[in-house]
Amino acid sequence: MSSAGPPFISVRNLHKQIGDQQILRGINLSIHEGENLVIIGGSGTGKSVFLKLVMGLIPATSGSIIVDNTEITTLNERQLGPHRRKIGMLFQDGALFDSLTVAENVAFPLRESGMKDSPDMHSRIHEVLAAVGLADHGHKLPAALSGGMRKRAALARAVVSRPRCIFYDEPTAGLDPIVSDSIDRLIRRTQLHYRCTSVVVTHDMRSVRSVADRVVYFREGLIHFEGSPDQLFSSTDPLVRQFVEGHCGEDE
Amino acid sequence: MSTFLSWLGGLVLRFVSYFGALAVLTAELFYSLFRSRIRWAEVGRQLVSIGFGSQIQVIVTGAATGAVFAAQVYYKFNQLGLDSLVGGIVALAMCRELGPVLTALMLAGRIGATMAAEIGTMKVTEQIDALRSLGVHPVDYLVAPRFIAMLFSVPLLIGESIRFGIGAARLMAVGVYNVPEAFYNDQLYKNVDHIDVIFGMTKGLAYGYIIVIMACHQGLTVRQGAVGVGRGTTAAVFYTSMAILIANFFLSLLLNYIWPIAAT
Repeated sequence: MSSAGPPFISVRNLHKQIGDQQILRGINLSIHEGENLVIIGGSGTGKSVFLKLVMGLIPATSGSIIVDNTEITTLNERQLGPHRRKIGMLFQDGALFDSLTVAENVAFPLRESGMKDSPDMHSRIHEVLAAVGLADHGHKLPAALSGGMRKRAALARAVVSRPRCIFYDEPTAGLDPIVSDSIDRLIRRTQLHYRCTSVVVTHDMRSVRSVADRVVYFREGLIHFEGSPDQLFSSTDPLVRQFVEGHCGEDE
Repeated sequence: MSTFLSWLGGLVLRFVSYFGALAVLTAELFYSLFRSRIRWAEVGRQLVSIGFGSQIQVIVTGAATGAVFAAQVYYKFNQLGLDSLVGGIVALAMCRELGPVLTALMLAGRIGATMAAEIGTMKVTEQIDALRSLGVHPVDYLVAPRFIAMLFSVPLLIGESIRFGIGAARLMAVGVYNVPEAFYNDQLYKNVDHIDVIFGMTKGLAYGYIIVIMACHQGLTVRQGAVGVGRGTTAAVFYTSMAILIANFFLSLLLNYIWPIAAT
């Protein structure tokens, strides 16, 4: 997939400190239009924090985050609203609104963007639910769904408003290999169908193989490796090999 | 001594920080009410939950308070030969103090706890982050509709509680203690008028604000998962109850100045 397009997201010298802990220590990364970037790294290396920083959900300690030519670190909560609508986010546990049905969850971004209840809106919801294999589950509450179904419903909510970029925070965590594989294929299909940029945070090496155009490996708050999946799997760097092959983790 | 001073300083700082946070939330709420789109469907949902869902609680609170208060007052007034005054005294107390305060305390327990737990659970399960990621300000979606629903509901629920309190008091005085109905009514209408009901319902506006702001603030600032939700819910009920009792004192002084008790 092309990485030659203009950067949709550009991060420069990004630092994030929470309490005494330095989570990110100067990340520099550009994410191009239409690319599938996968971020890997051990637990606590700041991968999810990175996504939340770029979404503007938490403030950066220092550094610059430019999304679609707008510096977002200087925006306040209300100014961030329009910026966030350009990016869809799939949270680790789905984060579906549990008082709303699946269909209402999917309709939520459309209603919030001012779209009125109409046949057009309903057909769009049905189309997206069908795409994630939940066409017959729209009436159910999130509590009635399995983990994989919740993630698919959350993905439907993330893509329904056709954002330019989608963030996936550990989309296959806690799922069995078959469901994980279906989620990976769904991510790839979504990227091809909606032609959007994707950023996937994962520990799952199978996901890296099936989803990534480019991989970055976070280690101790910095980017330790950046390259294609082939480069990752053929790397001779002992720390990269250790992570990829799943030998004793870096936390140890 | 230095330990005590440091403890006291910490307490003052926490107090100032807490009220600062409430002030910021209030400012966000008013921005949301006047500058953002009101989610009327969500207001309707909250009206049903707050107004309709509190019916049994409000009716029992009002009726039980009125009946018990009438029984207690009757014994003393009967010794003084002032039986017929029971209706007027109970109604006045129900309108100006007991109805508003007890109803608000019951609502702080039910509605305040519900709000803090709902919003707190949304916080720890990343639903609030999901809301923000969709470009929706949490105050617009979670706090403003609850505030509007409370402003409509609480004064009406207080009015209902007063009505059931006065009704139960009449039942006790006239039905059980055989106070002559004509005298009872005469004293009731002489001592109480619509201003007294407005007095109580006006307090409801302030209590509605206190419950929403304090409970939503607790929910929005929850940390540490389920344990945090539990702590936040308990704190919401405790703080709102204390605030209602303290605010009632000042409100009574202020409103008594505006609407003094009518001379009989």
